[in-house]
Amino acid sequence: MNKSTSGGYIKGLGKRANAVLSILVLLLSACMILPVVLILVISVSSEKSIVEKGYSFLPSEWSAGAYLYIFKNAGNILRAFGVTFAVTIVGTILSLFLISTMAYVISNRYYRHRNILTVGVMIPMFFSGGLAASYAVNTQLFGLKNSYLALILPIACSSWYIIVMRTYFLRNIPEEILEAARLEGASAFRLYYQFVLPMSRPILLTVGIFEAFSYWNSWYENLIYTDSAHSELYMLQYILYNMEKSASYITSNENISGAVMGDVPTQSLRMALASLIILPIIIVYPFFRRFFVRGLTAGGGK
Amino acid sequence: MKKRISNNKINIELTLLCLPTIIWYIAFCYLPVFGIVLAFKRYQLVPGRNFFYSLFFGSKWVGLSNFRFLMLNPQMMRVVRNTFLYNLAFLILGIVVPVTIAVILSYLHSGMVRSIVQICMLLPHFMSWVIVSYFVYAFLSADKGMLNALFENLGMSSVNFYLKPAIWPFILVLVQLWKTSGYSMLIYYATICAIDSDLFDCAAIDGATVRQVIRYVILPQLKPMVVVLMLLNLGHILSTDFGLFYQVTRNAGSILSTTETIDVFVYKALMEQSNYGFSAAASLIQNGIGCLLLIVANRMVKAISPEGGAI
Repeated sequence: MNKSTSGGYIKGLGKRANAVLSILVLLLSACMILPVVLILVISVSSEKSIVEKGYSFLPSEWSAGAYLYIFKNAGNILRAFGVTFAVTIVGTILSLFLISTMAYVISNRYYRHRNILTVGVMIPMFFSGGLAASYAVNTQLFGLKNSYLALILPIACSSWYIIVMRTYFLRNIPEEILEAARLEGASAFRLYYQFVLPMSRPILLTVGIFEAFSYWNSWYENLIYTDSAHSELYMLQYILYNMEKSASYITSNENISGAVMGDVPTQSLRMALASLIILPIIIVYPFFRRFFVRGLTAGGGK
Repeated sequence: MKKRISNNKINIELTLLCLPTIIWYIAFCYLPVFGIVLAFKRYQLVPGRNFFYSLFFGSKWVGLSNFRFLMLNPQMMRVVRNTFLYNLAFLILGIVVPVTIAVILSYLHSGMVRSIVQICMLLPHFMSWVIVSYFVYAFLSADKGMLNALFENLGMSSVNFYLKPAIWPFILVLVQLWKTSGYSMLIYYATICAIDSDLFDCAAIDGATVRQVIRYVILPQLKPMVVVLMLLNLGHILSTDFGLFYQVTRNAGSILSTTETIDVFVYKALMEQSNYGFSAAASLIQNGIGCLLLIVANRMVKAISPEGGAI
């Protein structure tokens, strides 16, 4: 008998049922990506078309004006690109370091403080001091208000991914190898970077890409920890959020004083910025998709 | 004796290795827990002093008055009701929809179809709430939205969705499902893929129908995962995703009666009114009830099946 699962599918569905269900889930998938397509289309619609026809999948006139405008005039957006990029890189590396070290340590069965650390990692998933307390500690104790660190540190670690990664280590790294290396005098540090890390590429990629996207997408930290007087700290999403609040946000900016208000494609501009944020995600993510299923399965067990 | 020394050595090394993470947890998770005291104080920052000095020595104890004011606030009851009902809907649909899709997916013959569906369904997970609020606006906007253009074509009058509170529960549940079902679906799908193929072979030999296979083979194997995810969600029964309720609704004033949840309330109390006590008291209620529920539910699960439960 053929293998029914693992890389394949469960047998039992007739040809017709398979066709019907396939079309059904494909339609559902199309609905999932429809909003993304709409935003991309609007971003290359001309301003005239948007004003006349509203948002539409089939604009009456195409135009790349919004993108040209961003690259020519919107210095603050380009700066925000730089900030977002830097925060994403630094944040992801820091996250992976914090998460993988802890996950490795608590995956050691012979480690003395294993249980207390595991519980210590899990408690914050269910109980926290609340926003007021975190805000007060971060600003009035650590002085993170209006600093780059406030964009990176508060979301640098994640209990969920520590547990996912620990489970992956427990299931996929043969204990005999580590034990043998240990008996030959390898230190815990060497075991970590010479054996554990190279053997865990799928989970490192999975968690890394999730963390990278969460930094790339972050706006909450700006909302809470950045005053409007420090707009040099703004990340892309927060600029987009501000544009939503006031259409004139971008035009009121001093460095485009040369432009006349009427020339600014405000409608398509918002969608163009949204598209510029989405595009890197759409491009990068399918390459990593095949690791996700393998990586995330590990999250299952306790 | 030698083994002991080497054990001590490895224990110290391991502790050192995760020390940065321990420090992170103390700084960003455990120090704020002391901030719960805020809920029982009238907090004032003492100039030149840090948070803890101001909290413990510079601010007055007010007992339970923060909670009393919170309970007397008519907004609070509404906010709690909204939070609870939304989470109930998310809890049920958040299991039924992803499990259904995962089961269907695992039966489909074409590998390409399965890959496409996985890629498309997980994509919304990576869209931030700010972006999602733009998606929603593109469909619902009063003058330019797609839906209103459609209504006009059909000869109906246009609707300003951002002024109609009654529709928002449906919109928000739909948006939440759109954004989150892909991730849970993938977890369930991965679990189904991991089921021992012998089980399916045996079922096939016994002549089991598709329905029977789903009922007696797949669903029982998914149960532990469903229980764990459900328990985690019960612990957050009074917590919501701030982004969904603040960004997607564009914080529109006239729909607050059905869209404001505890997290939005906590945020506004702190950032708009600088009322630390109020905000902290609401958080404490939120966290306390969630934890209590989680512990009770976990006990119940363990009582029913000893190897179950999340903790």
